[in-house]
Amino acid sequence: MSQHDEHEMTSILKKQISRRDVLKAAGIGGVGVLIGASGIGGALALADVLPTSQKKESTNAIVPFYGKYQAGIATEVQNHIYFAAFDVTAEGKNELIQLFKEWTKAAAAMTEGKSVGEAAEHKYLPPDDTGEAAGLSASNLTITFGVGPTLFIKNGRDRFGLKKKHPAELRELPKFPLDSLEEQWTGGDICIQACADDLQVAFHAVRNLARIARGKAVLRWGQAGFQRTKQASPKKETSRNLFGFKDGTVNPNVKNSNEMNQYVWVQPGDGTDWLVNGTYLVVRRIQMFIEVWDRTTLKEQENTFGRYRDSGAYLGQKDEFDQPDFEKKNENGEYYIPMTAHVRVAHGDGKEKILRRSFSYADGIDAKTGTFDAGLLFISFQRSISKQFIPIQKRLSQMDQLNEYIVHRGSAVFACLPGVKKGGYIGETLFS
Amino acid sequence: MKYFKLPVVFFLSNSLLFSCSQANENSTEPAKKEAAEDQSQIDLSQVSTNYREYAIAEIDEFVKKTEAFANAVIAGDVEKAKELYTSARMHYERSEPLAEAFAELDPKIDAREGDVPEAEWGGYHRIEKGLWVENTTKGYEPYAEQLKKDVKLLRAKVETVDVTPELLITGAVDLLNEVSTSKVTGEEDRYSHTDLYDFVANVEGAEKIYELMSPALKKKDEALTKEIEQRFETIYALLDQYKKGSGYIPYTELSNDQVKELSQSINELAEPLSQIGIVLEG
Repeated sequence: MSQHDEHEMTSILKKQISRRDVLKAAGIGGVGVLIGASGIGGALALADVLPTSQKKESTNAIVPFYGKYQAGIATEVQNHIYFAAFDVTAEGKNELIQLFKEWTKAAAAMTEGKSVGEAAEHKYLPPDDTGEAAGLSASNLTITFGVGPTLFIKNGRDRFGLKKKHPAELRELPKFPLDSLEEQWTGGDICIQACADDLQVAFHAVRNLARIARGKAVLRWGQAGFQRTKQASPKKETSRNLFGFKDGTVNPNVKNSNEMNQYVWVQPGDGTDWLVNGTYLVVRRIQMFIEVWDRTTLKEQENTFGRYRDSGAYLGQKDEFDQPDFEKKNENGEYYIPMTAHVRVAHGDGKEKILRRSFSYADGIDAKTGTFDAGLLFISFQRSISKQFIPIQKRLSQMDQLNEYIVHRGSAVFACLPGVKKGGYIGETLFS
Repeated sequence: MKYFKLPVVFFLSNSLLFSCSQANENSTEPAKKEAAEDQSQIDLSQVSTNYREYAIAEIDEFVKKTEAFANAVIAGDVEKAKELYTSARMHYERSEPLAEAFAELDPKIDAREGDVPEAEWGGYHRIEKGLWVENTTKGYEPYAEQLKKDVKLLRAKVETVDVTPELLITGAVDLLNEVSTSKVTGEEDRYSHTDLYDFVANVEGAEKIYELMSPALKKKDEALTKEIEQRFETIYALLDQYKKGSGYIPYTELSNDQVKELSQSINELAEPLSQIGIVLEG
């Protein structure tokens, strides 16, 4: 795209021309690329540009990798996730930069449905790409990179000279009551979140990035996750968790840039300039005692969440998206939504909002108990962990009725890096 | 006259060489480009020859020590048998690309319990179980006799193996894959817990191949040779931590984190080592 075109494209977008006109000017196929390249992809998500008819169940589409923000945050939630945390073994900053450059290149290729590195034509060498995604569509693959507190300082060591850039917000979470964290699901110097409408595509992405990292970073933990697929729910009903409930549905509107700036994207003046247009990610691996839940009465289940199981509506309301009324009482003078109901405790006074992007997981059985090891890979994005996530989780850990049925086994925090323009690399504002 | 004579002699010898090279493909003269191509071919066939010599010397040593080991078992000397068990096996583990080439012999010598039907199970690991679990050699004499025969047969058969550069390229990585898939889990020497000896021997076997290949590899990709060498150093530094006396600590003394660290270091080494095939690419 020439400079002239880019300029024209930007001015078209600035004027309030209809979306269709933009499409006409650019040709539908080119839109994603154009927006990505001009660095305003995040401000105007692809879904926002496409007319409704075009949005229809496209599981083959490409989500632009390059842009103002990293993809996989404001992107419409895909069917699958493969989340991986890494520990860096490289000793020097240059090696680390090299790793992010290689990762950027590979990630950009894979999100376009292309394979990594050179084509496999050398008989006496292992192929660059591991091959299991050959011929598969991009499947809306997004790859999102984040850095953990231990990248800045680990065991008192400033390994990469990054200590001065350590954001005050990026601290290991405090221990919440009832936490039962296990080392094997906790922490990490770097995270990679690969989401796609196909699990093989998502896994392929992490696998190849891990391979590229060999000698520079090692896997610390990984978790696959799923939600109901778009094929299984053509009407795109809200996804249900493994307790059978629709929950975690109140989120900032990803299409509203004011809300996203207020609650999700780090802003100039927040104290960490290199992270502007990035965000903080909290991940919790929450095991759900589904056997116990399954023998709980419907009424108890609904009181636990504060929602009707069938409709997903708040107790005392009719439809899923009706506003909750926490003061509403039934004929016995009791609150419809009990004091310890999950939605009430999570809501608090309604000031803290986080962008949740969670997936269910099912990992065989818990060898110790013979029960399912299944639950929620909770992921949230927020502009401030201390002002948004922590107050909510503090309340939940103390009062939430749901605590009888869940236990937090894993936890990590990461600063998700700002997006990058083509030619740049993920993390350049941190390392430069 | 002196001054005239010299160039003539030189010219003559040159043309002699030239005519030789017509007859003998292995000649390194005269054209520079051809010379370079020839050079790399010679290198690799020389590498194969050198490797063959190395591996056969290891197998010779293996046969010798296995006989001593078997004789100790037959003589009822448990301590001596235990001592020879690890040192004999290391020669086998180093030369695995050649030693394991015989699908019918390897299980006879090296099968672990459950790898083959119980009635057929013999070889090193059967005797290992007697030595470490029952602390005896009694009843294991027939296995020792058979083992002697099998290793001699192995020695005779390796003569027939055609050692090619390709075998070496896959062999180097296979040695490390052996470590990744069985040594690192402590499944190899499950009674004696002497897995670290086998582990080290596999790494040494891979390193030997690398060393022989490295001059050719350096010409193709010097950075790669540096990376591989640095990662060999890392793995040896790790293994050195577990040295005790002239040997290694039992595998069961390693913590889970230490095992993981070893496993990851092997993967980190095997990844660049898997690129040595570029010496065969145009």
